[in-house]
Amino acid sequence: MAVEPILELRDVHTSYGAIKALKGVSLTVRPGEIVTIIGANGAGKSTTLMAICGIIGLQQGEIYYNGEPIHGQDADLLPPKGLCQVPEGRRIFPRLTVEENLEMGAFFRRDTKAIQQDMAHVFDLFPVLEDRRTQKGGTLSGGEQQMLAIGRALMSRPKLLLLDEPSLGLAPMIVQKIFEIIATINQDGTTILLVEQNANIALQSAQRGYVLETGRITMEDDARKLLDNPRIREAYLGEV
Amino acid sequence: MEFFLQQLINGFTLGGIYALIALGYTMVYGIIQLINFAHGEFFAAGGYMGVILLSFFASKGYMQTHPWLCLGGALLLAMLFCAFLAMAVEKVAYKPLRHSTRLAALVSALGMSIFLSNGLMLTQGVYDKPYPSGFAQGGFEFGLITVSYLQITIVLVTIGLLIFLNILVFKTRIGKAMRSTAQDKVMSALVGINSNKIISLTFAIGAGLAAAAGIMVGLYYGSVNYTMGFVPGIKAFAAAVLGGIGNITGAMLGGLIIGMVEIFGAGYISGQYKDVFAFVILISVLYFRPTGIMGENVDDTRV
Repeated sequence: MAVEPILELRDVHTSYGAIKALKGVSLTVRPGEIVTIIGANGAGKSTTLMAICGIIGLQQGEIYYNGEPIHGQDADLLPPKGLCQVPEGRRIFPRLTVEENLEMGAFFRRDTKAIQQDMAHVFDLFPVLEDRRTQKGGTLSGGEQQMLAIGRALMSRPKLLLLDEPSLGLAPMIVQKIFEIIATINQDGTTILLVEQNANIALQSAQRGYVLETGRITMEDDARKLLDNPRIREAYLGEV
Repeated sequence: MEFFLQQLINGFTLGGIYALIALGYTMVYGIIQLINFAHGEFFAAGGYMGVILLSFFASKGYMQTHPWLCLGGALLLAMLFCAFLAMAVEKVAYKPLRHSTRLAALVSALGMSIFLSNGLMLTQGVYDKPYPSGFAQGGFEFGLITVSYLQITIVLVTIGLLIFLNILVFKTRIGKAMRSTAQDKVMSALVGINSNKIISLTFAIGAGLAAAAGIMVGLYYGSVNYTMGFVPGIKAFAAAVLGGIGNITGAMLGGLIIGMVEIFGAGYISGQYKDVFAFVILISVLYFRPTGIMGENVDDTRV
């Protein structure tokens, strides 16, 4: 018998006004996995993550987290349950310091001691953040902001971490580093749902992948097989 | 020289009061980009709560025996009352319009202002209500300068509240949540902050400060009136704009400047024009530097 999924989307539909964004997205993520959703700009990848987090309401469909329906729940109730997102564009609080940004990641927690330990852990993962702890978030470089965004998410001790385009706008070396950290986070026991336009690196780090095209899942397979799939190679990996 | 120093002290007293009111405008604007034109009414309501409570204490004779305790109690109760009033106003008049245009909420705020001041008129009457006298009489005399005990009380209470607010906003967990909600509501929700609660709390704090200002104005000028919220409300709004709307330090600074300019203008130019100076500043700021003193580039203390 398969393991109970940590996240399951069943036939999820959303829209922005008259424009349908998701037209029946179904997917599952099992504990311990790294699953990726790849797709072109505008395919609905970010919308999927925002729908999971309760920021965008569903028109139809259901979302289950650890077997519990979470569609229609207020977004702010989800992080305490271990569901956390690093959104596209990182969304660092620009006028809070690095340290305060990290504290906000642990907003719902009251265990001050453990929060301090987690912050030390984040500083171990990203030493540059410790150097910049009193600096305003808005003054960091793109790569540092991405690290801070991931660090902030880790402060909530997520069980399931949603990552939206962590490679966006970053130099290749930084991207490499970020994905190494993502692998570490996963090995430490956090399940990851990763959305990426950079299909190559996403499929290399994930176990399974979904292909999202104009609001629909068009393909689902092991990440390795998707990497070898000629259609994927042509459409998303830039090969002719 | 004596005249100058005397005006300086008066300006500081009045400026502190404007600063307290201006904070409510700026905090609410910082978090939901709404100019809460009903904010002056919280100031008036605070003034009335003060007169009601202090008169009650006086009638029981407590004012004679424990004046400071009575003042503290009246201050606290009036602040609490106005905090709850503001949360109710937010729920009824602004929350349903959260996702409509800014103009809709603005019109709702104007309506709320009229509603509240008329509510004060209907429940409290159209005539001035005198504050119980005899509180903190006398003062220090330095040559020709007089600093009344009442002025000292007002300035100390104001400074205390400003320090309290700064600690609350910049040091506490709730204050950080207020600032992050002001900066990015979606991201705040994603870290587990309930923005509705934070917005409600922001209204409560702003109204509490305005209520304290209302009591102090009542004590200072000796009486309150149901229309008293209007002019100081607009002047405090000018102060908030002058400081850079949304910026907490800016509001304090703006309040102080408006108070000083008003007192010095009245003293050296003409007392009849005392209400004009604040508006000259408001118009000049909007014309020459719409972001205010602390706006735009100096954003360290924006909410």
